Amino acid sequence: MAGLLSRTAMIVKSKFSKLLDRAEDPRETLDYSYEKQLEMLQNVKRGVADVVTAKKRLQMQTSQLEASVVKLDTQARTALGAGREDLARDALQRKTVVQQQLQDLDQQVAGLEGQQEKLVASEKQLSAKIESFRSQKEVIKAQYSAAEAQVRIGEAATGIGEQMADTGLAIQRAKDKTEQMQARAGAVDELVAAGTLEDFTAGDKTQLDRELEQLTASTQVDAELDKMKAELASGGGEKKELEA
Amino acid sequence: MIVRLLTEGQYRVSDEVVKRLDGLDDQATAALDRDDEAELDRRLEEMWALVEEQGERVPEDEIAPSDVIIPPSDLTLEETRQLFHGDGLIPDIPGL
Repeated sequence: MAGLLSRTAMIVKSKFSKLLDRAEDPRETLDYSYEKQLEMLQNVKRGVADVVTAKKRLQMQTSQLEASVVKLDTQARTALGAGREDLARDALQRKTVVQQQLQDLDQQVAGLEGQQEKLVASEKQLSAKIESFRSQKEVIKAQYSAAEAQVRIGEAATGIGEQMADTGLAIQRAKDKTEQMQARAGAVDELVAAGTLEDFTAGDKTQLDRELEQLTASTQVDAELDKMKAELASGGGEKKELEA
Repeated sequence: MIVRLLTEGQYRVSDEVVKRLDGLDDQATAALDRDDEAELDRRLEEMWALVEEQGERVPEDEIAPSDVIIPPSDLTLEETRQLFHGDGLIPDIPGL
């Protein structure tokens, strides 16, 4: 059996070899191949845009979760200050869950960044090779009568075809990774929606918010009651209020 | 000789490097045949490192076919198999 490397080379080259047999006039091969290269360049540009979009979504989720860490921390302090250790514990537990989610998101963002760099490098290579191919093909076409030109057409087309297969694989892998990330980002959204992991940053209030509000409200009521009681005890408090 | 690191680019390497790549290739092929992903990844990583360290980058505007093509080391065993069988890992060039 042939080695890994020769098999890889064979497979990569076979992706483009059909093109060489396609046209009767090798000069047509050059023009057709050039069109395909431009299409491939568009594909890689789209691939980069998709990775950037996926990354932005994850980064948005990250900042949402970061805000909720700060909020839960403040809530825990408030609750503890009010002597409600049970609520403080609840807030801190949720904070831990959110922090774990954040670590996971950081890794995903780094993974996408790697894909983005790879694709941008691929785009640069392909674009430089296409430019070079464009000028070479005009030279080859001009000297087509020579037998040497035939060989050069084969070489140029095979060389550029290999670059296209390379870029094709880079796009494919970035696409797979992006889809995985999008599925996971969707899963976080679903968790949020299902209430398993509440979206602490959303406008609607969580149970914890409500309890803390009640706690604050009852503290205020208690304070006012105390104040009223004190005024009544000193006498004339009610009368003063009425005069005012 | 020209070596392509698949998804990365092309390098010019000496005959000495090619000889070492041949040895690593035999080991990698054997690892793939017995489903030893860890060994396969190690050998591919060695090949990548060897080419990156000893090779000279082919200018981006130069169009030349490669003599040797090395797959990425971070492919899973399944992806490596796909590369060689079935529909293949490398997508067809659209319209061909």
